[in-house]
Amino acid sequence: MTPPAAPTQKSSQGGSPRWRRFRALMVKESLQILRDPSSLLIAVVLPLILLFLFGYGVSLDANRLPVGIVMEAGSPPARDLVAAFQASRFFEARLARDRRELAPDLVAGRIRGIVVIPATFAADLVEGRPAIQVITDGSEPNVASFVQNYARGVVASQLAQQIAEGTRPPPPLATAPRFWFNPGLESRFFLVPGSIVIVMTLIGTLLTALVVAREWERGTMEAMMATPVGIAELLLGKLLPYFALGLGSMILCTSVAVLLFGVPLRGSPLALLALSMAFLCPALGQGLLISAVTKNQFVASQVALLSGFLPSFLLSGFIFEIPSMPLPIQWLTVIIPARYLVPSLQTVFLTGDVWPLFRADIGAMLLIGLVFFVLASRATKKRLV
Amino acid sequence: MWTRLKALIVKELLAILRDPKGRIVLIGPPILQLLIFSFAATLEVSNVDIAYIDRDTGRWGTELIRRIDASSTFREITPLTGMAEARTLLDERDVLAVVRIDQDFSRRIEARRPAQVQILLDGRRSNAAQIVAGYLERIIADLASETPGGKLAASPSETVVVQNWFNPNLTYTWFTVPGLIAVISLLIGLIVTSLSVARERELGTFDQLMVSPLRTHEILIGKTVPPLLIGLFHATLYVLAAIFIFQVPLRGSLFLLYPSLVFYLAAVIGVGLFISSLSATQQQAILGAFLFAAPAVLLSGFATPIDNMPAWLQPLTMLNPLRHFLVVARGVFLKDLPAGEVLADTIPLILIAIATLTAAAWLFRRRME
Repeated sequence: MTPPAAPTQKSSQGGSPRWRRFRALMVKESLQILRDPSSLLIAVVLPLILLFLFGYGVSLDANRLPVGIVMEAGSPPARDLVAAFQASRFFEARLARDRRELAPDLVAGRIRGIVVIPATFAADLVEGRPAIQVITDGSEPNVASFVQNYARGVVASQLAQQIAEGTRPPPPLATAPRFWFNPGLESRFFLVPGSIVIVMTLIGTLLTALVVAREWERGTMEAMMATPVGIAELLLGKLLPYFALGLGSMILCTSVAVLLFGVPLRGSPLALLALSMAFLCPALGQGLLISAVTKNQFVASQVALLSGFLPSFLLSGFIFEIPSMPLPIQWLTVIIPARYLVPSLQTVFLTGDVWPLFRADIGAMLLIGLVFFVLASRATKKRLV
Repeated sequence: MWTRLKALIVKELLAILRDPKGRIVLIGPPILQLLIFSFAATLEVSNVDIAYIDRDTGRWGTELIRRIDASSTFREITPLTGMAEARTLLDERDVLAVVRIDQDFSRRIEARRPAQVQILLDGRRSNAAQIVAGYLERIIADLASETPGGKLAASPSETVVVQNWFNPNLTYTWFTVPGLIAVISLLIGLIVTSLSVARERELGTFDQLMVSPLRTHEILIGKTVPPLLIGLFHATLYVLAAIFIFQVPLRGSLFLLYPSLVFYLAAVIGVGLFISSLSATQQQAILGAFLFAAPAVLLSGFATPIDNMPAWLQPLTMLNPLRHFLVVARGVFLKDLPAGEVLADTIPLILIAIATLTAAAWLFRRRME
């Protein structure tokens, strides 16, 4: 059994007693991880489950939205438009005579919108002022926005076709949106890197908080403190194996992201490693602080989920945009370590090495980590007196 | 039997509520979650920073920038001199989009020739980027209808008249808060129950319970009722908060919501008891609860729609109680969901509740012997 990241070459036989103690401590912690099935559950099984869930289950790409189409009069241009909706890869269009037929389906959520092509459509088109109505299900606002945007897209391409056929003048202003870094607009490409952040938060914060809280509960922490091991050594020896575990699961997740989900890795492995190591400092520090303050597994797990897992999911910019949140909540995100890793990790995967961005984020993470460690060692010392 | 059962229920409630740390965990976090996450969980896009490159010398380019500046969606609008700067800002995520207007923009518009606006967007945030692209296209289309050539052509933006039912302004909290009622009730019900048996086993009081005159099914009922009461209490608190704090319109009837809520909680408690009977320690119970809660929340349609999931995954979500109750909670609040539709999602909840409670009882009996 070789302890991970241990300075083995230095302390083969002799070495200072300090190193020997430290090495023994890390061997003990590593063995503890390997022997406890629940630690392995969090470190290997849970990351994979979460990554699969985020990779497959969470998607913002609305493909084939079910909608109903009401064609009030069957003129040739109206039929063309219906055909365009039916051919669109964004819609699963169902035809009906009257909007009242479709309303119950919209209420029940079986369709996401109703497109109404009025009886006057053909005549309005000749006058150059055609109008169709799109009714969306506002109870799901994001889906409603996409129904609107896609419907406009279908109408726009229909108009463009008429322009090409010479029946309509070209529009005076055209827009050409180009999506950099992710031209196919696959939400998976930014959700999977984000979910790696959540996995690392779980390992860093939840696992550390649980394990150390258990030691406090059982009194083995006090037993360790009665030995000649210093506080700094003790905490460091406890954390290094988890640090290695966190990096290991990051590498596992990155491999799954690239090989299975096809997420491009455009940045360097060096940047990826530097960012992950910087993030593990505040994540482990937070876990340590939680366990030192609560000293109870149940409370520690609740606090870790509430202050670690949920913020890394909801307040990190992983799915929900931070600038869109109310100001007090935007301020709150400043102390969430995950908020600095999510943008950088998305950038490493999709853009490449953007060091000015990474430097700022790494700096912020190390600073938060330092604060957590100082608080954690204070909370630990206070207990001894 | 009734006195025995009552005594057990009171004892269970006391066991949950007497520990001060446990009490704080039970009451504080759920309320914090509701307050923070209902505001944070928004896919709405606002306060966006963008930049522009305006090479145009005429008035149309200036007018377009003025209109973008006037829109409430955008916070800071930075003028740039060239593409190198634009690339840096996009790379470092300082702006979400860069609007580029070419030199002959105004000249082409005045000459009634088609002009083009280029928009570069950060695809790393593809959802926000698409919504911002939609906003910008609408602003540009409005401008187009005022150009000399635009008075003749119809733009797709004015061709499509949009009406959002149930939530005309697409207020995001109306979507999030009813969903959070369901999610937080799940977390509370799960945590309270998953710890109940595991804690007794860890403390050794489980053996005492077994030698008491209580029968197995009585112990089970005694373990089911307190979390049900706590879950109902929390859910009622959130329903009140939704109506009075978040101003979510309650269009349907609470008489439809509550029966469905009871079966939903029963289904969740069944899962919790099953996990609890399976675990030897509290830590295992907590992990087990998490292992159930994470997929249940992610595969429910709470944050992202079920329609977007791959086809093989969608049928699996039918087993998820949260999926069904989300439909009811959101439907009763915003859509005045008819009783038939509520029933259509309550029947699966009843079936899931029967299945999970039976499984829990079976495992519980086996563990007792």
